[in-house]
Amino acid sequence: MSTTFVGMPAFPDAARAATGNAQLRHNLRKATHTIRDKRAAVVDELDDWARLRAAGAAIKDRVLRHLDVYLERLEASVTAAGGTVHWAADAAEANRIVTDLVRATGHDEVVKVKSMATQEIGLNEALGEAGITAYETDLAELIVQLGDDTPSHILVPAIHRNRSEIREIFRTRMAEWGVPAPEGLTDDPRALAEAARVHLREKFLSTKVAISGANFAVADTGTLVVLESEGNGRMCLTLPDTLISVVGIEKVVPTWSDLEVFLQLLPRSSTGERMNPYTSTWTGVTPGDGPREFHLVLLDNGRSATLADTVGRQALRCIRCSACLNICPVYERAGGHAYGSVYPGPIGAILTPQLRGVTSELDASLPYASSLCGACYEVCPVAIDIPEVLVHLRERVVEGKGHRAEKAAMAAAGWVFGDDRRLALAQRAAGAARGLVPRHLPGPGAAWTDTRDIPDIPPESFRDWWRKRHTKEGEQ
Amino acid sequence: MTGSRERVLARVRAALADVPREEAPEDAPVPRGYAREHGLGDPVALLADRLVDYRAVVHRVRPAGLARTVGAALQRRGPGPFVVPPGLPEAWLQRAGVEVVHDDGLGVAELDAAAGVVTGCAVAIAETGTIVLDAGADQGRRAITLVPDYHLCVVPAERIVASVPQALPHLDPLRPLTWISGPSATSDIELDRVEGVHGPRTLEVVIVEDAG
Repeated sequence: MSTTFVGMPAFPDAARAATGNAQLRHNLRKATHTIRDKRAAVVDELDDWARLRAAGAAIKDRVLRHLDVYLERLEASVTAAGGTVHWAADAAEANRIVTDLVRATGHDEVVKVKSMATQEIGLNEALGEAGITAYETDLAELIVQLGDDTPSHILVPAIHRNRSEIREIFRTRMAEWGVPAPEGLTDDPRALAEAARVHLREKFLSTKVAISGANFAVADTGTLVVLESEGNGRMCLTLPDTLISVVGIEKVVPTWSDLEVFLQLLPRSSTGERMNPYTSTWTGVTPGDGPREFHLVLLDNGRSATLADTVGRQALRCIRCSACLNICPVYERAGGHAYGSVYPGPIGAILTPQLRGVTSELDASLPYASSLCGACYEVCPVAIDIPEVLVHLRERVVEGKGHRAEKAAMAAAGWVFGDDRRLALAQRAAGAARGLVPRHLPGPGAAWTDTRDIPDIPPESFRDWWRKRHTKEGEQ
Repeated sequence: MTGSRERVLARVRAALADVPREEAPEDAPVPRGYAREHGLGDPVALLADRLVDYRAVVHRVRPAGLARTVGAALQRRGPGPFVVPPGLPEAWLQRAGVEVVHDDGLGVAELDAAAGVVTGCAVAIAETGTIVLDAGADQGRRAITLVPDYHLCVVPAERIVASVPQALPHLDPLRPLTWISGPSATSDIELDRVEGVHGPRTLEVVIVEDAG
């Protein structure tokens, strides 16, 4: 079972540890630079990219502003096509629904397509407690699962691992889960992919229950859409008798033709390809082709609370492409684990605190895990203004508990700046004491001066200098 | 379960208190100024170029040369058996000279033992190098193009469209669709692209162009 993010330290502590890991920084730098260059090349090919982006944002906004209508429409279409729709208010309920559905089939093994929603709710752990084994089938998810690890990237969850680490994980762990790694396995990516193919083949051909997420759910037709590369998705969506899809309520798009926008935006933004190798779409069940039973679990788990914030709401437009991770200078250095959530990087820094609230130290620190450079907004295919939401969430954190020192400092500053004489006195006092100022601050200021020098305090304030100069000029 | 349905919908409605009651979903504007296609040139050449970029094997033939090209391609893969969907045109396989099995609900073990599969397609998209299967008579159910390790796909030129927006109106969302852009691949190891994971590791495409 993969471990969870529970008990993670706040972002600055986790990031400090991560940035000290030279191997991790090397892996991340190589990977993020490769993928951002590929993305830029295929985005530049389309001269209407800005208009596609505007349309993508507007379609998602339309859905969000009328989400209740579209959810009911989706439910009706899926039901009419032979599927069964379930509603889950939170993670515990979703896990209970899925566990009961798997139990009802009489099987105790499931194959899984990579899905952020099921990671978010900790479905594998919940199934494990119920005696059901979930096999992750995406290569990177397999690496994470076998390595008893947590994902560090939305698209490439094992981006923090290099080929020799992966070889070691396969060599030592595959046998516990099924077909062992071949003798003499090398660290050639081809050989590693072949080992994964052989390891999973028998599971695909024999497992009767599959669990997936979805990239999109079309309200008008009840069609679900999964984009993937390896064919593990097709295996899970086609061969088992029962398919259970856990889908966040924000994944709805209004109509079939709206996919013409997202099927152009998503592959180019995520893998930097003109199109990903495989996209599957299905509507309910089709006799003689694919699963005989289809269940759709609609997941809220903090999304409706996010929707209530008119500034933060735009985070729900996210189509999980991960372009913002690949471009982010903070992500590139700190890596995904420091964010303490299945949603790392800039989008995680605005999504996680909204889905979970800003009550924990970790979640309250996430809106600060950014230099506000704005590169994430530039590359976002649905134009989420991540810096705007970050600043908005910082306000929310400051209004709540935490950051007491900052609050006290700002209150004191307000008092000083609010009165001309108080400011003059404070400045002269600072000027007189300049020789006594240490390089590092004690107490709550310590973290700030860990990474910066305290600016030198000038002997004379600007206001004093101006007054003297003005007086001199007046004398002339 | 009904309880949670009402609970989620009530939360969503409460969250949308700022949306005017009289606003209908279609009132929220969507600018549709994006291109219907990108004018990247001859669709047949573009499709072939994109597929080669994905490391698919591509042939361009006249109708008269189709059977010979299909036959030669299959013979290179060995004696078979090759799975074909029930409605595959007989003429395509006239010069195959290999063992052919018509799919009448073959089990996964039989599909796994097959040397490959031969199908047509519903639509092909030039700009993205994509072939779309819609389970039509010359394509069959999804499993037959998934389990065998080799997929030969015949693409008549008249089924090629330029772009994704042009493809969607030709496709019925109520049918199960598979969009294929090259052989299966992964970039999960250091973002090095490796072709061939769980889906067919070799994709061979024969584009058939009319003499005109």
